Amino acid sequence: MKVDCNINIHHLARVEGHGNIRIKIHDGELQEAKWEVVETPRFFEAILVGKKWDNAPWICGRICGICSIGHTLASIRAVENAFGITPTSQTQKLRLLLKHMETLQSHILHLYFLSAPDFLNAGSVFPLIKSHPDIVIKAAGIKKLANDMCDCIGGRRMHPTRPVVGGFTMLPDKKELIKFRERLQDVINGLLFTAELFRTFNIPDFVRETEFVSLKGDENYPFIGGGLISTDGVAKKEQEYKQMTNEYIVSQSTSKWSRLSRRSFAVGALARINNNFEFLHPAAREVSLSFGLKPLNHNPYMNNIAQLVECVHVVNESLGLIEELLDSEWTEPRQEVVPQKGTGVGAVEVPRGILYHCYEFDEAGHIVKCDCVIPTSQNHANIQHDLEELAVRYASEGMKDRNIGLLAEMLVRSYDPCISCSVH
Amino acid sequence: MDAGPVRTYLGVPLYRPKVAFFEFSSCEGCQLQLLNNESALLDFLALVEVVNFREAMKEKADDYEIAFVEGSITRSDEVERLKDIRSKAKILVALGSCACFGGVNQLKNRFSLDWVKKEVYGNSPVETEPVRPLEDVVKVDLKIFGCPVKKEEVERIVTNIAIGKAVVHPKYPICTECKANENICLFDLGEPCLGPITRGGCDSWCPNNRFGCWGCRGPAEDANVEQMKKIMKEYGFSEDTILDRLECFGGFSAFADALRKSGEKNRGTSA
Repeated sequence: MKVDCNINIHHLARVEGHGNIRIKIHDGELQEAKWEVVETPRFFEAILVGKKWDNAPWICGRICGICSIGHTLASIRAVENAFGITPTSQTQKLRLLLKHMETLQSHILHLYFLSAPDFLNAGSVFPLIKSHPDIVIKAAGIKKLANDMCDCIGGRRMHPTRPVVGGFTMLPDKKELIKFRERLQDVINGLLFTAELFRTFNIPDFVRETEFVSLKGDENYPFIGGGLISTDGVAKKEQEYKQMTNEYIVSQSTSKWSRLSRRSFAVGALARINNNFEFLHPAAREVSLSFGLKPLNHNPYMNNIAQLVECVHVVNESLGLIEELLDSEWTEPRQEVVPQKGTGVGAVEVPRGILYHCYEFDEAGHIVKCDCVIPTSQNHANIQHDLEELAVRYASEGMKDRNIGLLAEMLVRSYDPCISCSVH
Repeated sequence: MDAGPVRTYLGVPLYRPKVAFFEFSSCEGCQLQLLNNESALLDFLALVEVVNFREAMKEKADDYEIAFVEGSITRSDEVERLKDIRSKAKILVALGSCACFGGVNQLKNRFSLDWVKKEVYGNSPVETEPVRPLEDVVKVDLKIFGCPVKKEEVERIVTNIAIGKAVVHPKYPICTECKANENICLFDLGEPCLGPITRGGCDSWCPNNRFGCWGCRGPAEDANVEQMKKIMKEYGFSEDTILDRLECFGGFSAFADALRKSGEKNRGTSA
């Protein structure tokens, strides 16, 4: 039996942002297992104060380079909820389609570029260009389609220009949507290939029971707005999000942490599937079951598979959305915005989990108070507790430091953390 | 990292510089723009040898010639890390608006540090400094503007460096590109826009999407900001709106500071 372990990973690679892993076991006793977040804070919640409402989505989208569309949409929703604006059905469909394509590009980026190299014994995706060209080309093809669609609907793939409070500045060309419909059909094959690839990977069998938080589906698998739910039975309204997140400050991290019914909870693709499995598209549910993924699954490494399942879901749902958009005449892209005093919350399921933006406005529509709760912030405590258990369990089984270190890295990567986002 | 075939130009093998990517306080989006360019990524990788790119790879080396640095400087440890990168790189490139001007992060400088810390972290201790662009800390050889940077522009600049061609930024404003693109003028659509004074090179990215320019690329040569303010007023835009745009990314900070201090505008100083 192994009794000592000493792991020190500074600025973990292939994750967004800066975090360190430290594990120390002496004489069989866990001395330290730490997930440290050392990212510099940028103080978005302070810099927004005094700004007019139209600045919010434009500036807050810049919290994150990977999920800027999600941040923009959460911010827009918070402003619209504060001003009592209900988006038109056309706007809602276009936003969801845009959201789906961000989910697809982000999940594919994570699955292939950040996660897969661990399973293929590579340090990055770059050597795979030579050793597994078919895989890289497939991944690049899916990601390109998703990003091209974000360009088409959102104006650009990063820090989008067209989505604004009240709707869109411009609408996509229907001829383009017809072309995308064909390309999306091809992506379905690419995702089946991805599923076969991931089936060959040895997903670590590590289970630690926790609580999962996400939006609650009513008729559909939820992405934009609605009720909040946890697998421990907590249910809250969107505007009661603070009772769901309970943020607090810890010394080992410049990101805040969250808790609900237990010491920590998880958000993200696995949490969404654990809460809303029945609303998945049948094709996605089939892929999920083929990996043995069904509620409640408590293996954090399965978040990778959950992301793959969501890729299948969003592609299939996007085909339906395009059909609906093509069948209807375009209406006005943008509604008039009349600011009013009040507070608005926007909850959106972004690739890494549920994201909340909340703004308080004065009569003229200037921001008085701003609060953003990021999915990765909500996951940090859960990552910490997973690491503690993982270190003790595998060290007691006599595993080598190097292997424990790799499993610890893979664990953190499974959450697909967006660290600079979590510190914002 | 070694990828792709060796490129030749007129039969001569092209020199592949070793490049590294680093990030400071930022959204890391500018680096991601490179991974986001799926169709040209492999060609791009044939042009350079990436030796350090933490967001994408585990391996790292310190023998780089060109360092692409994203983000602004907001904490003392970042100052040390940036100086170390400067000492190793032959060419240090500021990548994106945060690195060039402070980006949206520098909006923090409107307030006292004590206030921003308290607003976000309450009474818990947290270390932060006023936001600075890279050139306030080390010598910067080249700037690539934009929030985010345009990937085509990054590739053009990297290609120029690789083949030893001078890198020249457009001197004209975005307005010139917007006219060439035959867009309807955003002023006529009732939208504010900094296109007349912002440095071109993005092919009027935002106005093409009927979204007015926020000046993320900083001022064009000889930008007439005073005249711009007059035009904006004529079109009925408030001082608020003009200041919001001028101060958003830090490229017009001198003008924004003057506008804020002129007494026409007190917002942001009270907190």
